Amino acid sequence: MLECVPEGKTEHTTGKINPAKTCQPIGAMYASLGIHGCLPHSHGSQGCCAYHRMHLTRHFRDQVLAASSSFTEGASVFGGASNLKTSIKNIFKIYNPDIIAVHTTCLSETIGDDIPNIIKQSEIPEGKIVIHTNTPSYVGSHITGFSNMCKSMVAYLAEAQGETKKEQVNVIPGFVNPGDMREIRRIVTALGVKLVMFPDTSGVLDAPLTSKYQMYPEGGTTIAEIRDSGNSEVTLALGAFASNAAADLLQEKCGVTGIPLKLPIGLKATDDFIMAVKDWFGADIPKEIAIERGQVIDTLIDTHFHYQGKTVAIFGDPDHVIAMTEFVITMGMVPKYVLTGTPGKEFEATVTKMLDEAGITGSRVKAEGDLFELHEWIREEKVDLMIGTTYGKYIARTEDIPLVRFGFPILDRAVHPLMPVVGYRGCLRLIEQISNAFLERRDRDALDEDFELVL
Amino acid sequence: MDGMDTTLEELYTQYPDTVKKNRKKHIVIKSEADVACPQIEANTRTIPGIISQRGCAYAGCKGVVVAPIKDMITITHGPVGCGYYSWGTRRNKARADSTTPKDKIYSQLCFTTDMQEPDIVFGGDKKLARMIDEIVAAFHPRGINICSTCPIGLIGDDIGAVAKAATERHGIQVLAYACEGYKGVSQSAGHHIANNTIMQNVIGKGNERKPGKHVINVLGEYNIGGDGWEQERILKDCGYTVNCVMTGDASYEDIKNLHLADLNLVQCHRSINYIAEMMETKYGTPWLKVNFVGVEATNESLRQMAKCFSDPELEKQTEEVIARETARIEPALEQFRKICRGKKAFAFVGGSRSHHYQHLLKDLGMEVVVAGYEFAHRDDYEGRQVIPTIKSDADSKNIPELHLKADEKLYREGNEYLNLSKEQFEALKKEVPLNYYEGMYPDMKNGDIMIDDCNHYELEELIKKLRPDLIFTGVRDKYIAEKMGIPAKQMHSYDYAGPYAGYNGAINFANDVAHTLTTPAWKMIVPPWERIEEPDTGKQEGANDA
Ligand code: SF4
Ligand code: SF4
Repeated sequence: MLECVPEGKTEHTTGKINPAKTCQPIGAMYASLGIHGCLPHSHGSQGCCAYHRMHLTRHFRDQVLAASSSFTEGASVFGGASNLKTSIKNIFKIYNPDIIAVHTTCLSETIGDDIPNIIKQSEIPEGKIVIHTNTPSYVGSHITGFSNMCKSMVAYLAEAQGETKKEQVNVIPGFVNPGDMREIRRIVTALGVKLVMFPDTSGVLDAPLTSKYQMYPEGGTTIAEIRDSGNSEVTLALGAFASNAAADLLQEKCGVTGIPLKLPIGLKATDDFIMAVKDWFGADIPKEIAIERGQVIDTLIDTHFHYQGKTVAIFGDPDHVIAMTEFVITMGMVPKYVLTGTPGKEFEATVTKMLDEAGITGSRVKAEGDLFELHEWIREEKVDLMIGTTYGKYIARTEDIPLVRFGFPILDRAVHPLMPVVGYRGCLRLIEQISNAFLERRDRDALDEDFELVL
Repeated sequence: MDGMDTTLEELYTQYPDTVKKNRKKHIVIKSEADVACPQIEANTRTIPGIISQRGCAYAGCKGVVVAPIKDMITITHGPVGCGYYSWGTRRNKARADSTTPKDKIYSQLCFTTDMQEPDIVFGGDKKLARMIDEIVAAFHPRGINICSTCPIGLIGDDIGAVAKAATERHGIQVLAYACEGYKGVSQSAGHHIANNTIMQNVIGKGNERKPGKHVINVLGEYNIGGDGWEQERILKDCGYTVNCVMTGDASYEDIKNLHLADLNLVQCHRSINYIAEMMETKYGTPWLKVNFVGVEATNESLRQMAKCFSDPELEKQTEEVIARETARIEPALEQFRKICRGKKAFAFVGGSRSHHYQHLLKDLGMEVVVAGYEFAHRDDYEGRQVIPTIKSDADSKNIPELHLKADEKLYREGNEYLNLSKEQFEALKKEVPLNYYEGMYPDMKNGDIMIDDCNHYELEELIKKLRPDLIFTGVRDKYIAEKMGIPAKQMHSYDYAGPYAGYNGAINFANDVAHTLTTPAWKMIVPPWERIEEPDTGKQEGANDA
């Protein structure tokens, strides 16, 4: 596999080798797909749009539609205003979406196109909407792009009608799969609280196959719902990196209280999420949820000897990695290397604090890292398990370490976008995957004389 | 014909007038009444706002041509995304061999300068140079490629100068490709840029001819799913020495020696015809457009090749291979034909494949009724004779044309390469289309549609109107078709299977197509409760009756 990777410490200070992040627009595109009747639009040359659609399609195995301003050299020199205006006109005529969500690329950002102005000068049919966000790829990562588009949804759409708030909760779910969003909706609904969740890609990127094709499937948050988010009492921002910006703006613009939480991945984070809803609304915890939690505890006790004390490398998007790190600590594992590609010092502070509180020493934590660096660490001192995206599989194979696929993207495994990792049900799925990774390993490695029915 | 005309007219109605006027020129109905292919518009700008399948020049340069060179490190100079998305996507397989040891294969790594805001403001030349230094120190590659992305062109980083300085500093070749995404109108521009740079800087640098009587190169074969390896197997069996499959599993070392072969085979016409042509000008090397996708097509290509060398032993061995391989796979193919026969398909893939796969489908008794390319030029549809009549527009003028001359030392006449007399060579050209490609049109049937840069709307409408049994396309369109109840196969990466080329490929392909058509779930789309209430919706039940 990676025989070319040099042994020992190398000088690697410039650029990325095997990046653990990608660029902003793909995050913005994903968020836009979570609005019902929305066609995302990429303002730049068509290559970016083609790449982003392809990559999302490979992760979700479902259609990802988005248009592009299709710049050629001329537009790159003279500006993309006329391309964007033509795009908007053509899109409404041919594809008839309710709303177009424009994001920029590093090309249109470098030129400095003034998007809000161009939108103002565009022909927009009665009742239709165009929103935009800036997503320069030389800042942040795909998570920043997701965050920026969520913030734009608030900026363009959310409205507070008067002072009195409705007894409803906004949930900004973060860059998670449609299966996760569906599960978050189920949990809040089970608690008997009315919910506005945006974006919501369930029903869009996990739409059923009925042979009756819909360009805009039934799922997604409606524009009316996002408008109404300004009237909610409280916003739960799940994952600081992806969701805080939108929640902060909702607070500022519409006076909706924002509560920052972790992604509800793992026992504690799910507890916190449910308690936040309970505390604010005085909701009763229904029996079904209590049972699910009890099942997680039962499973943790049943399985602890498979994974307790094992060392693990966790990598991927910051909100995912933070929540997962907390969960594996709960499971008694040792997060040895914790790495995200997205820049942000808060990441290192948050993870280091969790490790300190758990009394774990000797771990390495890094934001804005890459997988080459992670590989170097692993070569210095091996771990028992890797948890992260598909791109970790090269290291996993070279160093012969099991890999539990988690986060975005997972390109080489099926069905995962529909299966939640959030909530108590998500805990069960993660425990299953982690336990079984170790068990499969034992089955594979056991000597003939040690091989038994149950190892 | 008339039916098809009406179908297309209906399809255009939703378009704004300007869009309609534009798109009409990209769509041609095959008519046997026409002597030649009517002019089709291709390689012109995509209309803003249209959901096209096209990528950009960077994708064509780095993604298609440059990245598969296994023993070079390719650095994407730009923000993180472009390098990241083109990492491991095209399934270009590579392995160690006599020229390339394991620790000199870099295909599974992704290098990007990951430009940050200050780099964009103050320029990224220094960052790039520093990254090259670090990489050389750590990996000791034989050569480095630098591919630039959109913002790099705008901020004016001089990657050529960085490459030149690095070449001098490190004593290895560092090549610069100014393949910013906005160049040209599609991937096509990037193919051309890559071809130019490799032609100017790599080909001709070596002087080691591989041993063997008939030494050949396979150009424009990217070894997706191992296609190139299957071709190599067949070619070796026939008695050829394969000098280099380019750029699938190609090594920098082998590309240096490209000019030391007797014949260039061109598999993907669009992405590599420039090198074939430039080598013909500079070295005199003749080239032959081949197609190893499809049993009959493979046989035909092998026979044409054998004729080129007029070597009875070679012809004999070729016929033996054809007989042996055909006999081996025919019974299995016949089983698959029972499932595939009579089925109608659409094909939208890359730069030659929409044509190539028609042959393999024909072998299975299927026919393609609508076909098109994302980024082809007119000659890919109409044949190379139209090249002189293609008007160069502002977008294509940005890509430099190399005007090469015959190499003083190395140029030889085409006939000398093939060990033929001038007269024999002229006679051969009448029999075998040396240095020529006839395009896709001749292989389409009366009433079939050729469509350039087919977009989402057109695909959706054509599916609704023509209800094909199967669609061959890229990953972006695959799931759209399937949601409509039409089975689809992803042909850029073969749904991660392969090889599909050659004889073994034909079997793999037939098996996968048969499975795609007969997946039991297609018959179960309508839920039982709906079937009971409306018994006559039975027609909807299966997307096909296989
Ligand atoms: S990094 Fe920039 S040019 Fe590259 S794909 Fe992302 S937005 Fe496009
Ligand atoms: S066949 Fe098409 S997709 Fe493949 S390399 Fe050629 S141009 Fe590209």
